[in-house]
Amino acid sequence: MLTKEQEMALIAGRIAQEMKDGYAVNLGIGYPTAIPNHLPKNVHVMIHSENGIVGMGPRPKTGEEDPDMINAGGASITAMKGASYVDSAASFAIIRGGHLSMTVLGALQVDQEGSIANWMIPGKFTPGMGGAMDLAVGAKQVVAALKHVDKDGKSKVVKKCDLPLTGYKSLTLIVTDMAFMRVTEKGLVLEEVAYWTNVDEVIKNTEAKLILPDKIGTFHLPE
Amino acid sequence: MAKVITAKEVAAMVKEGDKILFGTFLCAGAAQDLIDALVEAGTKNLQIVAISTDWDGKGIGKLFNSGQVKRAQISWNGGNKAAQSQYASKELDIEFNPQGSLMERIRAGGAGLGGFLTPTGIGTVIEEQRETLEVDGKKFILEKPIRGDFAFVKAAKADKVGNLTYSKTSRNSNPVMATAADVVIAEVDEIVETGDIDPEDIITPGLFVDYIVKSKKRTHEERIEMIKRPQ
Repeated sequence: MLTKEQEMALIAGRIAQEMKDGYAVNLGIGYPTAIPNHLPKNVHVMIHSENGIVGMGPRPKTGEEDPDMINAGGASITAMKGASYVDSAASFAIIRGGHLSMTVLGALQVDQEGSIANWMIPGKFTPGMGGAMDLAVGAKQVVAALKHVDKDGKSKVVKKCDLPLTGYKSLTLIVTDMAFMRVTEKGLVLEEVAYWTNVDEVIKNTEAKLILPDKIGTFHLPE
Repeated sequence: MAKVITAKEVAAMVKEGDKILFGTFLCAGAAQDLIDALVEAGTKNLQIVAISTDWDGKGIGKLFNSGQVKRAQISWNGGNKAAQSQYASKELDIEFNPQGSLMERIRAGGAGLGGFLTPTGIGTVIEEQRETLEVDGKKFILEKPIRGDFAFVKAAKADKVGNLTYSKTSRNSNPVMATAADVVIAEVDEIVETGDIDPEDIITPGLFVDYIVKSKKRTHEERIEMIKRPQ
């Protein structure tokens, strides 16, 4: 079993490997927030936050917060050299217009067709979709980052989402604490399994049908 | 020329049932004095258009705590317990919009457009709530414009014409909201002489702005407190 910190590092670290130098990316709340800590050397990305900044920097030191500088989760941020501010309409033109290389979204449920659900649980929880539906259709690559099973051991990687969708057939990659999976026209391909588990365990914990290539890799905790 | 008035005078213009567009993103760039004056006036059954309901008891969140809102067109309600419970008990009607579609609906309202077509929401409940149209073999959702009776925006600086500049991420939806209401009020930290802002730096031209309200002086700590998520 992984600790919470290991789980975060494992998922964020693996997704960070997909980032290429010069990418413009939008990172959602939860696992995605840890990605900048794990970027490979010489990979520099411009982080877009939908509240209106391109070129978001790390959190400021305590005492150096600026009331006019927050990210889409409301946390204090700084700006990188080369950053720019935009209004909300322009910020979503960036998203919808295909100007982001990648977005990474937290998810409640994903399916083998690449659909993602992350904005409500009927009767329980309706926070709203925020900017996630626009990100799901607009970014060139859409990555879901989530735990593979829920607290009752039920798979969150399913045949067909039964929770209300955020994006229909919009995912490129699904990365969990157990597996690295690619959405293809033929179906969901299990490309890698996490170092702490194995292919049989992943299959046992996945409701979706997985395509198993001849060679399945392993991903590890970042160094 | 935009007329300089007080927050109290602004609140007195708002009638029961009016629709107000608010520029704010989780309390950053919220017109705090206008919100406080509206809470004090106690005007009921307001319709609100904003990115979210802000935090509990902060930003426009205060208007939900005081039970003054009847309907909200927003994209997120995850940070305001008062609005969540009013929504659950059906006292509050919420129309959830994808944030980009909401912004573009307001932009369309301000730009004289009859609507626009977007792929956002296809295959989701949003599609069930809207008309769809096919263009060149691709399905889109028809989103209609939104306008308000009032827009309450927050800017860093105004000159006497009403030209506005903003500060960093507190810009957010403010320039969009400023285009789409019958009466636009800008709360600003500073009012300067006309000509003192370089035209290159102006984000909202003064022709959009009807009234200016000068913000109360607040310390840095007070301003930080205003945007902090309540524990």
